[in-house]
Amino acid sequence: MSGTEYLSGRRRARSRKAVAAALQFLVVVATTYIGLLAVTFFIGRVIPIDPVLAVLGDRAPAHVVERTREAMGLNLPLYQQFFIYCRQALSGDFGVSVLTTNAVMTDIRRVFPATIELATLGTLIGALIGVPLGVLAAVKRGSIADQIVRVIGLVGYSVPIFWLALLALLVFYARLKWVAYPGRIDIVYEYTFSPITGFYLVDALWQRQWDVFRDVFRHIILPASLLGYFSLAYISRMTRSFMLNELQQEYIVAARAKGLSEARIIWGHALRNAAVPLVTVIALSYAGLLEGSVLTETVFSWPGLGLYITNSLQNADMNAVLGGTIVIGSVFIGINLLSDLLYRTLDPRTRAR
Amino acid sequence: MSLATETRPMTRREWLLSDRPQSRLQARLGRAYMTWRRFSANRLAVVGLLILLGLCFVAAFADLLAPHSPVIGNLAGARLLPPGSEGYLLGTDDQGRDILSRLIHGSRLTLAVVVLVAIIAAPVGLIVGAVAGYAGGWLDAILMRITDIFLAFPKLVLALAFVAALGPGIENAVIAIAVTSWPPYARIARAETLTVRNSDYIAAVRLMGASPARIVFRHVVPMCMSSLIVRVTLDMAGIILTAAGLGFLGLGAQPPLPEWGAMIASGRRFILDQWWVATMPGIAILIVSLGFNLLGDGLRDALDPRESGQ
Amino acid sequence: MSALLTVEDLRVSFPTRTGVVEAVRGVSFTLGRERLGIVGESGSGKSQTGRAIMGLTPPHAQVTAKRLAFDGIDLLSAPPKLRRDLRGKRIAMILQDPKYSLNPVMSIGKQIVETLWRHEKVGRAEARKRALDMLAAVQIRDPARVFDLYPHEVSGGMGQRAMIAMMLVAGPELLIADEPTSALDVTVQLEVLSILDRLVAERGMGLIFVSHDLRLVSSFCDRVLVMYAGRIVEEIAASDLANARHPYTQGLLNCMPVIGADRHPLPVLDRKPEWAL
Ligand SMILES: Nc1ncnc2c1ncn2[C@@H]1O[C@H](COP(=O)(O)OP(=O)(O)OP(=O)(O)O)[C@@H](O)[C@H]1O
Ligand SMILES: [Mg+2]
Repeated sequence: MSGTEYLSGRRRARSRKAVAAALQFLVVVATTYIGLLAVTFFIGRVIPIDPVLAVLGDRAPAHVVERTREAMGLNLPLYQQFFIYCRQALSGDFGVSVLTTNAVMTDIRRVFPATIELATLGTLIGALIGVPLGVLAAVKRGSIADQIVRVIGLVGYSVPIFWLALLALLVFYARLKWVAYPGRIDIVYEYTFSPITGFYLVDALWQRQWDVFRDVFRHIILPASLLGYFSLAYISRMTRSFMLNELQQEYIVAARAKGLSEARIIWGHALRNAAVPLVTVIALSYAGLLEGSVLTETVFSWPGLGLYITNSLQNADMNAVLGGTIVIGSVFIGINLLSDLLYRTLDPRTRAR
Repeated sequence: MSLATETRPMTRREWLLSDRPQSRLQARLGRAYMTWRRFSANRLAVVGLLILLGLCFVAAFADLLAPHSPVIGNLAGARLLPPGSEGYLLGTDDQGRDILSRLIHGSRLTLAVVVLVAIIAAPVGLIVGAVAGYAGGWLDAILMRITDIFLAFPKLVLALAFVAALGPGIENAVIAIAVTSWPPYARIARAETLTVRNSDYIAAVRLMGASPARIVFRHVVPMCMSSLIVRVTLDMAGIILTAAGLGFLGLGAQPPLPEWGAMIASGRRFILDQWWVATMPGIAILIVSLGFNLLGDGLRDALDPRESGQ
Repeated sequence: MSALLTVEDLRVSFPTRTGVVEAVRGVSFTLGRERLGIVGESGSGKSQTGRAIMGLTPPHAQVTAKRLAFDGIDLLSAPPKLRRDLRGKRIAMILQDPKYSLNPVMSIGKQIVETLWRHEKVGRAEARKRALDMLAAVQIRDPARVFDLYPHEVSGGMGQRAMIAMMLVAGPELLIADEPTSALDVTVQLEVLSILDRLVAERGMGLIFVSHDLRLVSSFCDRVLVMYAGRIVEEIAASDLANARHPYTQGLLNCMPVIGADRHPLPVLDRKPEWAL
């Protein structure tokens, strides 16, 4: 085999490998999504004795029930129902909410930005504080600082989030009056402020409405800090363990032998390596905050997806509950995939060249 | 060891630490003793163990320990009394019920949820993982795909949806939590199985004609136990928090059951003026899940020295 | 010959749970611009001696010496900043295994340039050029390509050369090579050795060459120290090795295979407890 032949053979092998990886990727996404839909289908259509009643509630008149049964295709065999269900879900049709009488998707589109904004700010706080804390704990292993970080993390792992939220409201809102009343924005601005993206902080900045920005900030800071604390607990603990592992490696000795400063070694070499698994951790904690919104938003009356789901739950509005579940599940799947991709780009060993 | 040490009668500790155990029992006890020594050197882990022993004690003797009835209150004379009131150490709630007594009885519910979830989810995960790892091939591929699918789900939200469909109640909460918490156990069991599957002693057992089922249950599953126990212990805190969350949303235990999460929810209305009604159950949850986390950390370090320091 | 490095009564000990481990117990030697070999079996304290000179001993270890001086600078009392300035610039060290000694997520070129930037004020283009020159100097055929590769993409031999380039790019006066070739196979080993040999000769560096391979050391160095259990048991000119007096050195020599000789039964080192005293 000549040299060029050999090379082109290798290149072909490599591109075949890339295609296989992409295919595998697709299979993973598709099966996970179908699995999610299968579970929600099971919850919505199989568990309830009469799904129509589950959707409409038991006060609906008989002819409405019959019409809905037809419309939901409940007279068809189960596998056809599932097929139709998947098709509808993929086109974003989760039915109509009994509570709001809107299409569930319309409702979700309205409330989801609030949840995203809160979870994003929470993760930002958690990562910006948690990573340095974890690094500090690892570098000063066994010191008082390490112990303190450990306790902060342990408490974060063990405390019920809704309870801490209640106490935080009691202290920072009722007693100290540092933050605003639960909710997202003051009633004064509710009608004068017209958001574009749905992310109020961004919108207020964009429109240069400083007083609105201040008000929105006073509303978001407490729930965001709480969520931040929970992701901080997780992120700092994982950062510590990844950093301890990296600091033992031989390349750290080599970096010292080059005369690099400790700061450069810690932040430039060890953390750069620890960042590879950390990305997954931060992505997972982001997903965790999205999900945890169900509990925190209830306490803070935060008009996001979590509050929407719990309100629907309390009113037995199954279409809305399952629609919300599918949306959060889809975001989870998306975040998992994204962190996988990020992992690959951060680690040259898995990067496709 | 020289002959001299064998003629002298061994102390119990020497017997345990002997590097030449005379029986399987001695070897096993010796190993347990070593694990215990590593575990008990970790003071926080011992604190965790004590917390959980305390929980079990309180749950077992709730009837004797509780000064008042957990469900019937003194509506006329003892509504919303602050902590430290005469006869009501932690105060009373809006129905005049003693919060301490409710907490004591609530420990039973917490313990029940945790134990039930563990005995449903852990065996399911263990069997799925061990079978997948031992069988390999397409069975492995399918089982692990299903596991991964479940792993990618939002656990809390899915549990909520389950309970919403099944109807609120503590049994349904247990089922919902169990359904969403087996996948990590399957992953662990599979990983452990893969490492022992090709070992020589499994090959030896196979040569002796043991059936695959026997190999999996008698030889593979026991090998997965220690990492599984660690993981389950660490998950307990999360299970307690999820159960409390469901209770808080009114989907778990129903009134008048003294479930801690539901107690927080009912105290929520008075949080500004009668802070103790919601605060006390939260402290109870915090202590118990802290206990599980401390114990889990300690167990991990003691059973798996590789991972210590993480 | 002016002494580049003076080591007098160097001791390194690690406090551990089971007591204090004395890894190095009173090592003394001086080094000019020459090639000094240190041999000894595994665990005899060779690496710890080298690391103590570099100041790379783990923080919980204790390092003491009557005198540890590099070019008139007392290393043990030097402030950390000064020691860092020395490391990489005037004293460099090649580590044993290239697979673990290079940062896996940083390209080779960047790791070389990093040493340069740490110690000299050079521009981007100039730094790149010097790194490429250095890569060429360690006999890497296509420096521009290797510059952008990551450690996992090169072979062990190439990785070790990259490591040498990384350590020599700032032009140190003393090089400590800690078993630089142990992880490589024999042909690559010889290549790397000849590169080292040439660089030492061209630049007039002092070299401490650590190895457990007595023959390699004797063919490569001017002088050999033989270590056993943390002490120097013999110091001998490489040409004079055949006349080694210490029984441990003789034992080591006996264990070396000689082509054509009958090797039955295989000789075994018979360690005497009094050597460790
Ligand atoms: N961190 C440490 N803690 C305790 N003892 C240590 C530590 N590092 C090294 N030692 C001890 O120091 C002694 C010398 O180690 P050193 O690495 O110098 O050996 P070496 O001669 O380089 O051996 P090798 O040829 O295997 O590299 C060893 O016996 C080892 O047990
Ligand atoms: Mg060594």
